[in-house]
Amino acid sequence: MSTKEMRAVYCDTLIELAQADDRIMVVEADLMKASGTMRFKEQFPGRGVDVGVAEANLVGVASGLSAAGKIPFAATFGCFASRRAFDQFFLSANYAHLNVKLVGTDPGVTAAYNGGTHMPFEDVGLMRMVPSLTVFEPADPVSLKALVKASAAHQGCTYMRLHRKPIEPIYSEGETFELGKGKVLSDGGDVTIIAMGAIMMVEALKAKDALAKEGIAATVIDMHTVKPLDEELVLAQAKRTGAIVTAENHQTAGGLGAAVATYLATVHPTRMAMVGIHDEFGQVGTQAWLQQHYHLTSDEIVTQAKRLLAQ
Amino acid sequence: MPTQNLVDFAKEIRKHTIYTIGNLGVGHIGGALSIVELLALLYGETMRVDPKNPDWEDRDLLVLSKGHAGPALYATLALKGFFPMEELDTLNQGGTNLPSHCDRTKTPGIDMTTGSLGQGLSAACGLAYGRKLDGKKVFVYAIIGDGESQEGQNWEAAMFAAHYKLSNLIAFTDYNKMQIDGTTDEIMGLGDIEGKWRSFGWHTQRTDGHDIGALQKAITAAQAHTEGPSMIIMDTIKGKGAAFCEGDVSNHNMPVTREMADAAIAELG
Repeated sequence: MSTKEMRAVYCDTLIELAQADDRIMVVEADLMKASGTMRFKEQFPGRGVDVGVAEANLVGVASGLSAAGKIPFAATFGCFASRRAFDQFFLSANYAHLNVKLVGTDPGVTAAYNGGTHMPFEDVGLMRMVPSLTVFEPADPVSLKALVKASAAHQGCTYMRLHRKPIEPIYSEGETFELGKGKVLSDGGDVTIIAMGAIMMVEALKAKDALAKEGIAATVIDMHTVKPLDEELVLAQAKRTGAIVTAENHQTAGGLGAAVATYLATVHPTRMAMVGIHDEFGQVGTQAWLQQHYHLTSDEIVTQAKRLLAQ
Repeated sequence: MPTQNLVDFAKEIRKHTIYTIGNLGVGHIGGALSIVELLALLYGETMRVDPKNPDWEDRDLLVLSKGHAGPALYATLALKGFFPMEELDTLNQGGTNLPSHCDRTKTPGIDMTTGSLGQGLSAACGLAYGRKLDGKKVFVYAIIGDGESQEGQNWEAAMFAAHYKLSNLIAFTDYNKMQIDGTTDEIMGLGDIEGKWRSFGWHTQRTDGHDIGALQKAITAAQAHTEGPSMIIMDTIKGKGAAFCEGDVSNHNMPVTREMADAAIAELG
């Protein structure tokens, strides 16, 4: 798969799913153009529903559609999907045991020019607190397609972070994915880098190459699903390398770092470092500037890995 | 004119609601008793439901958005045979199928989980849209509170239902004019509530919510309106039919002793 806009892959995948299953629907809150789902609405009139600028109603209507037997994919910017409609998603969808697929676009610093108001650093943390909810962030077009399909097949609510822009594939076409199962991308015995999402997987792989030049062999894991966490894989790596660096485009408190640390603290305390946002709000800037500002970089992963190994 | 059966059904629902809350010792009695006539009509005549098959795909649906009125709906469903009457004794007890607020995962006959006010009408919109998309000739009914109408999400749902011309959605406002902190006029007046719904594009009627005959006429007119959603604003009395609390602004959630309940039930005859 060549480099494609992630949102185009999202829409193509939903169209493919919808051709085979008439329960698949798209619900949006005046961001169909942003999420890339306008083509779905054109192809399936009636099954692409715009609720206007009304995120609480977006999630409420999606919950009702689910109660009517539909499989609604409801998308909006991640800040609104999580912060604004949290109670609706918690209660009308999850507590009611329905089947709503909520999608939060522009995760973390990818909100860039929309700035701090639109920059979700806390959506994963909020969603991890919802019992039984599956929370994931695909890293490239291949895993996005596979994981959207897995989400549709999953009975129960899911929350997906969706990076909308073009992303270079890191997987070959046909690679298989399972919700709740991390992917090991490189195998090294010195340190384990556990990353999540499109931006941080790129940085993790760069960090692995930089470390290799210094004679340090790193395992890199794409932990696309932060909940349920692939505990078996985390534990095996903790036992093997004894040093784990997590990397996420999100607050480390509540995010991937916290998920890995909480688990390991109870079964196998392990030296850890967490690359991510440390108790700060977002702000406006280019994605590149924001990554530098918040240290969401391969350099930071390398620094943290070496610090752990020096301990 | 309502049949005697419906009047009797309403009386039985009211008695069992008072009994159930009295048996527990505390509960949302005021807002439960104000919708009893509507529930008697919906489940006694209007709605196509099957107590033996509560998940029947072609049934009419109810979203009780003011989920705290659950005990009145539980009494109704039990009397209809959705579950044994004895279960009413388990209200709010650990492990019960009858929690204080409606839960679709626990109670046969409950079509949507509610309790966080303002969310039910959106869910009813989704249900109505989905059923319409499937070509099913069923109605989705929703009951919202007057205090609940202060939640902004209702008005998002109101725009949605009108925009998509959801003529299979019929909602009721239980306008008992009271909320927890006082009367609605004191706390956050609803103003021209009929005009508000009308201006949002809803076919709007106003009726006495304790007059089953008047409710019948309103529902018939709402069902005949094919251009969009319908709102029936019901003038009601909070705590209707229980002398110890009728019209008392403190009856939203109050202690009810067995003696109070027994006396009220005896008075109903």
